[in-house]
Amino acid sequence: MNDIFELLQGKQGEPDYKKKSVIVQGITGKFGSLHTKLMVGYGTNIVAGVTPGKGGQKFEGIPIYETMSEAVQATGAKISIIFVPAKFFLGAAVDALEAGIKLLVAIPEHVPVRDTMTLLELAKKNDAIIIGPNTPGIMIPEVIKIGIMPASSFRAGDIAVLSKSGTLMYEVSHNLTEAGFGQCITLGIGGDPINGTTLIDAFDMVKDNPELKGIVVVGEIGGDAEETLAQHVIDSNFEKPIVAYIAGRAAPKEKRMGHAGAIVYGNYGSAESKVSMFNKANIPVAKRPAEVPMLLAGKFEKYKD
Amino acid sequence: MRLLEYQAKQLFSEYGIKIPKGITSKNIEQGRKDAKELGFPFVIKAQVPVGGRGKVGAIQKCNNADEFELKYPQILEMTVKGEKVRAILLEKMAEYKKELYLSLFLNRGKRCYTIIASAEGGVEIESVKNQVIREAGLGDVEKSVAEEVAKAIGLKDNTVNEFVDLVQRLSKLIVEKEAELAEINPVAILNDGSILALDGKIITDDNAGFRHRELAKFQERSELEEKAEKSGFTLVELDGNIAVVGNGAGLVMSTLDMLSDNGGKPACFLDVGGGATTESVYEALTLVSKMNKVKGILVNLYGGIVKTTTVASAFIKAYDDKLIDLPVFARLMGAESDKAKEMLKNTKTKLFDSVEAAINAAVIGVRK
Repeated sequence: MNDIFELLQGKQGEPDYKKKSVIVQGITGKFGSLHTKLMVGYGTNIVAGVTPGKGGQKFEGIPIYETMSEAVQATGAKISIIFVPAKFFLGAAVDALEAGIKLLVAIPEHVPVRDTMTLLELAKKNDAIIIGPNTPGIMIPEVIKIGIMPASSFRAGDIAVLSKSGTLMYEVSHNLTEAGFGQCITLGIGGDPINGTTLIDAFDMVKDNPELKGIVVVGEIGGDAEETLAQHVIDSNFEKPIVAYIAGRAAPKEKRMGHAGAIVYGNYGSAESKVSMFNKANIPVAKRPAEVPMLLAGKFEKYKD
Repeated sequence: MRLLEYQAKQLFSEYGIKIPKGITSKNIEQGRKDAKELGFPFVIKAQVPVGGRGKVGAIQKCNNADEFELKYPQILEMTVKGEKVRAILLEKMAEYKKELYLSLFLNRGKRCYTIIASAEGGVEIESVKNQVIREAGLGDVEKSVAEEVAKAIGLKDNTVNEFVDLVQRLSKLIVEKEAELAEINPVAILNDGSILALDGKIITDDNAGFRHRELAKFQERSELEEKAEKSGFTLVELDGNIAVVGNGAGLVMSTLDMLSDNGGKPACFLDVGGGATTESVYEALTLVSKMNKVKGILVNLYGGIVKTTTVASAFIKAYDDKLIDLPVFARLMGAESDKAKEMLKNTKTKLFDSVEAAINAAVIGVRK
């Protein structure tokens, strides 16, 4: 698999180190255009946009192409972010992968599960990473932001934040930042039942980074991604501090709580199941977002001994 | 969308899965006609999108017209686990020798459909120890896989073929309708070895709804839920008296948890989506104003807000328009919060710097 840090910032000495090229699919839409400006403002190197029917035009000085193959050919970008309505998502994503994109950030919510699964088969064949769908995106604070997160919540540092929820990723990162814990990467896996990058995938992507000092996992009810991650942490003998937060303890069963994936069937997907597996893996679980930095600080105290 | 039993059975029937004879009604006048057509005895089954009906008397046997007049209205008026009864299914009883469990569901971790079967049917599957779990790929379940499952739960003779046929039909249904779950509990094995679906539960992928217009007729939403969806919100109605409003599913769930931890009782989960604007907050207050029992509104907004002052003006407008007269306990994370506080000084909306402080004030506030 491609190294996520290398994809996002490259290697020291390369001409485009920390200036990796990114293409925006759906750059002229309401959401896409707003967030293109915000990403550019953060320092992300947006080199092209794609909007069928608007090829040849420009948005804020950024050239627009008809298709992804044209955009990739012209720029050599390996990263793309998609802002198109869910109905058109699969087409846009396939277009991107076939053009050679290796990291695809899929923002749209409401993508049918079958479309996601179709895309993931192709991604596997093409050795591409999909983040999302229904993700806030991915960022290396103060280097690159590919997503819709508010910049003010994040600071550069050495903690990885892996989250199912968007707003909770902001909230928890904000709490970490306030407490002096900056982040080396923050990644939203997305709130859908099937995620291009699972919590385990995300953990494996970040765990060997030499800069990494600790990991914060922000989970929520639904599925068993947290449980399998906890088992994976036990199996891989990972020793750096990990702290978790799980949302949805008070949610009723069999009700979809805003995210397509946030639903409990019986005990499958329940908060109790997740908390008990994290406890087994010696990962403390915060009761509220503000408690995360305190638990992390506690873990660091122990880790030093 | 979770289909009601009679709706799931309608789909079963379309896919050639045998079901008992039954008729569905929403009032006693129609029910009487159905009873006459069906003939006594039969079972009266409440149609609600939750399990555990048997235990609370929402499924009852009915032997004659006197019983019918007593039980039909009683069951129609019931609330099961907070869900009002939507309709009544009158259904003929079947004589059978054995009950099984069968479900197919989308396994999120494994990214494929998975079969769960058991020789013990008619009880909640979580409580069953002898489950056979078999991954089944993304397309229709192959015959050999279904046969393995049939044998693993101890089926013999012609029942094996009947069961294989059932699994394949159910798998065709789940694939074609893009369902997340299709469950038959119990599957009855009749005296002649043939099979009948006595209950049914199907959950479809709402996001694929644009490809399945034929399922739209099954949509059972409250008026408020429908309004919420039109605004692009997600609303889950709950039993308490504090409405919980926020932006982002995770954040609202988190707020609900903290409120419950502090002894508060949420009246709803209302997610207005990632961004929060003056319009969306006003729209959310409009929805909350239509809910009964609400004594206070807890608002938690983070990110997506350009200025807290624009949100503050939504509250002021809601009071000015006499939309709400309720106290609002809000935590707004964004620029110019001091100015927003000043704007709201003489209103029933109080701004707090942390969500914990807003929750404490809300819990105390609604007790007054």
